[in-house]
Amino acid sequence: MTALAPPATAPGLDHLDALESHALFILREVVAECERPVLLFSGGKDSAVLLHLAAKAFAPQGLPFPVLHVDTGHNFPEVLDFRDRAAARLGARLLVARVQDSIDRGRVADPGALASRNRLQSVTLLDAIAEHGFDAAFGGARRDEDKARAKERVLSFRDEFGQWDPRRQRPELWRLYQGRVNPGEHVRAFPLSDWTELDVWQYVARERLDLPSIYFAHERPVVRRDGMWLAVGEFVQPRDAERVEVREVRFRTVGDATGTGAVLSGARTLEEVVAEVAAATVSERGATRGDDRFSETSMEDRKREGYF
Amino acid sequence: MPVATKDVLRLATVGSVDDGKSTLIGRLLVDTRLVADDHLDAVAAASERRGVGDLDLSFVTDGLRAEREQGITIDVAYRYATTPTRKLVIADCPGHVQYTRNMATGSSTADLALVAVDVAAGLKEQTRRHLVIAALLGVRALVVAVNKMDTVEWSRTAYERVVAEVGALAAVLGAAPVVAVPVSALYGDNVVERSARAPWYEGPTVLEALEASDAGAWERSCGARLPVQWVLRQPGGGRTYAGLVSGEALRVGDAVTLLPAGVETSIRSIRYGGRALDEAAVGIAADVELDDETDAGRGDLIATAPLPRVTRELEATVCWFGDEPLELTGRRLRLKHTSRTTPVRVRAIEGLLDVGSLEVADAEALATNEIGFVRLATAEPLVVDDYREDRVTGGFVLVDEASHATVAAGMVGRPPFATARR
Repeated sequence: MTALAPPATAPGLDHLDALESHALFILREVVAECERPVLLFSGGKDSAVLLHLAAKAFAPQGLPFPVLHVDTGHNFPEVLDFRDRAAARLGARLLVARVQDSIDRGRVADPGALASRNRLQSVTLLDAIAEHGFDAAFGGARRDEDKARAKERVLSFRDEFGQWDPRRQRPELWRLYQGRVNPGEHVRAFPLSDWTELDVWQYVARERLDLPSIYFAHERPVVRRDGMWLAVGEFVQPRDAERVEVREVRFRTVGDATGTGAVLSGARTLEEVVAEVAAATVSERGATRGDDRFSETSMEDRKREGYF
Repeated sequence: MPVATKDVLRLATVGSVDDGKSTLIGRLLVDTRLVADDHLDAVAAASERRGVGDLDLSFVTDGLRAEREQGITIDVAYRYATTPTRKLVIADCPGHVQYTRNMATGSSTADLALVAVDVAAGLKEQTRRHLVIAALLGVRALVVAVNKMDTVEWSRTAYERVVAEVGALAAVLGAAPVVAVPVSALYGDNVVERSARAPWYEGPTVLEALEASDAGAWERSCGARLPVQWVLRQPGGGRTYAGLVSGEALRVGDAVTLLPAGVETSIRSIRYGGRALDEAAVGIAADVELDDETDAGRGDLIATAPLPRVTRELEATVCWFGDEPLELTGRRLRLKHTSRTTPVRVRAIEGLLDVGSLEVADAEALATNEIGFVRLATAEPLVVDDYREDRVTGGFVLVDEASHATVAAGMVGRPPFATARR
C-alpha cells in the first residue's frame, strides 16, 4: 500500500471522456439532490453541448427537467430555429422568458430599441426562477471564459435575491456536490466548468452535434464598431461614418444580437473551426462581446446581480 | 484534423501568502502563450490603474475586484493549460489562513501540489499547514518552486536549505515524488524558459516537471466501486444503475456485491452514453446492469473485492470550516458520503492536530480551520473505505442542517503521520 490517497483523475483517460463523464455525473447528482431543476438554453454552442449531455445522462428516458430560454428579443433567426429544432428533437419542454415582458411590466427600464439587453436578462431570469419555483438551474458557463467565472464553484449558491457572493462561496470538496437550499434560494450548476472553448469544439466534432449555422463561415453584411464586426440587420444599423461591407465571417459566441461581434473566418467545417480555435490568440468574449469591455469587473458585477 | 487526445493532470498551488503562487501561475500561462492577447492587455491595464508596474502577473488569476484591491487571493481560480500530451487543470489557491476552506476546495480534486516557497523567507508556518492539508487530502506528488531566487543572487546554498526543509516535511507526510526547481516567477527563470542564472541546476523547469509527473500512477489495493447515483429504466423492463466508477475498472462478468444490503451478483452489461462497453475505466460515468433482480437505488454501492466495510460508526479526520466551533452539543448536522446523505452525530472529539508539530492534543471543540479526529455515528449505514485507499468512498462532507452550508471536509481514518503528544 502506498502512503497517500489515489488520484482524482484516472491515468490515461482521454480528456474528452473525462470531461464528459464529469458532466454526466454533475447532471445526475443535481437532479437527484434538487426538487425542481431547469436547464438554461440560449441556443449557443455551450448550451447545445449541455443539452446533448443531459440527454445522454438520462437516456433512454427523456429529460427530467424543462429547458428555459431567456429571450432578449434581439435574436439571430438561425439561433431561434436551432433552439426549436433541438428542443423538438429531444422532446424537451421549452419555456421562454422574455426580456420584453419584463420591460412591459415595468420590472426593468427599456434601454431603447437598438441597445443591448444583455444585463437586463438577469431580472427576467430571476423572475422566471421564482415563478416556476426552480431550485437548481443548469448553465453552460465555462471557467475559461472570464476571470470571475474562473472563481466560481461547479454548484454555485444564490441567495433569495439571486446574488452570487464571491467572498462566501460554499466549500466544494471532491465531487460531493451539495445542492440543498432553503425556500427562495437556488443553485446554479455548471457541468462544463472545466471545459475550454477548444474542448467544446473538439467534443462537438467528435459527437457530430448540430449547431446554429452562424457558427460556421458565411458571407454577410457587417460594420466595424468598437473593434468588432457587427452583423447589419434588424438590430444593428450603420451609424454616420460606418461603411457596410460584405465579409466572410462566423460567430464564436451567440448573445444579444446588438452586441455580439462576428470574427473574420473561412472555417466552414467542424474540423476547420477546431483548427481555428486552437490557433486563436484572442479570447472568445474578447473578440465578440461588447458589454464585457466597459469595466474591469463587468462579469463579476453582472454575476453578483444574478446573471448566468 | 484528428482530435488529439490527452490525459488530464489536476494540480493545486500550495504555499503562504506572498510567496508568489499566483505570480507563478501567471508566469506559467503567459510564457506558454496560454493567456489570450486581450486578457493580457486587460491585466496590463489593471496593473497600471493600480500602480503595480507594467504587468502584475498575479492578476492573471486574481480576477475579483477585492483580490486586486488587496493584492491577495481570496478564492480558488481555475485555469487550464495544454501541453502536447496533457491537459492541466490548475487550481490557484489562496494562502491566507482564513481562506483555508477555499484552499481545501482546490486541493481536494488535485493529483499534484505545486508548492511556492520564498527562498529568502524559508518554509513558513502557513506553507507547512498547507502541505499538511494537501497530504491529508491525498495529494502525494509535489513540485516545489523555490521562488524569488533573484532576491538571493541565485544562491545555491539558500536553495538547498529550502529543499532540505521541504524534503524533510514531505518525507514525514509520505509525499513522493518531490521535485524541486529554483525559479524566479517574476522574471520567468526556470518556469517555462530554462534560466542561465543557475548553471549549477540541471533538473527540469516547472513546466517540464508538470509534464513528466506520474501523479496519475497509483498502486491500488481496493476493488472497483460504483456508488449508485440514479436508476435508469430500460425498454423491456430492465434497470441499469448509473454512477462514476472509482478504485479500479469495472468489467462485464465481474462478481460484485451490492452494499449495504450484501447481495452478491455480477455485472451483466455496462453502458456509457447509450453505447455498450466491456470495461468501464476509473472516472467513467457508466451505467451497469446486474445479473440478479435487486432493489438497488441511490445511495447504494456496487463493489468488487476487496469489499468496503458497512458501518454506522466512523473514526475520521475532519477539517472544520464552520463559523461556530464543532462541539458535541453543537448544531444539527448531516453527512454526505458518495450519493448518500444521512443525519449524523458527533460521538467524541478525540484530538486536535497541531499542524506545526504534527502532534495530537486533547480537545473539547474544533475552531474554524482546525483539523481534528472525531468519532461519528450516522442514522443510516455507510459503505466506506479508508480515505487513503479510495478518495471517493473515503471522503465526506458535513452540512449544517439549518443553513445547508458545507461546514467540514471529512476523511475516513487517520493519517499515519499524526503522533500522540507525550
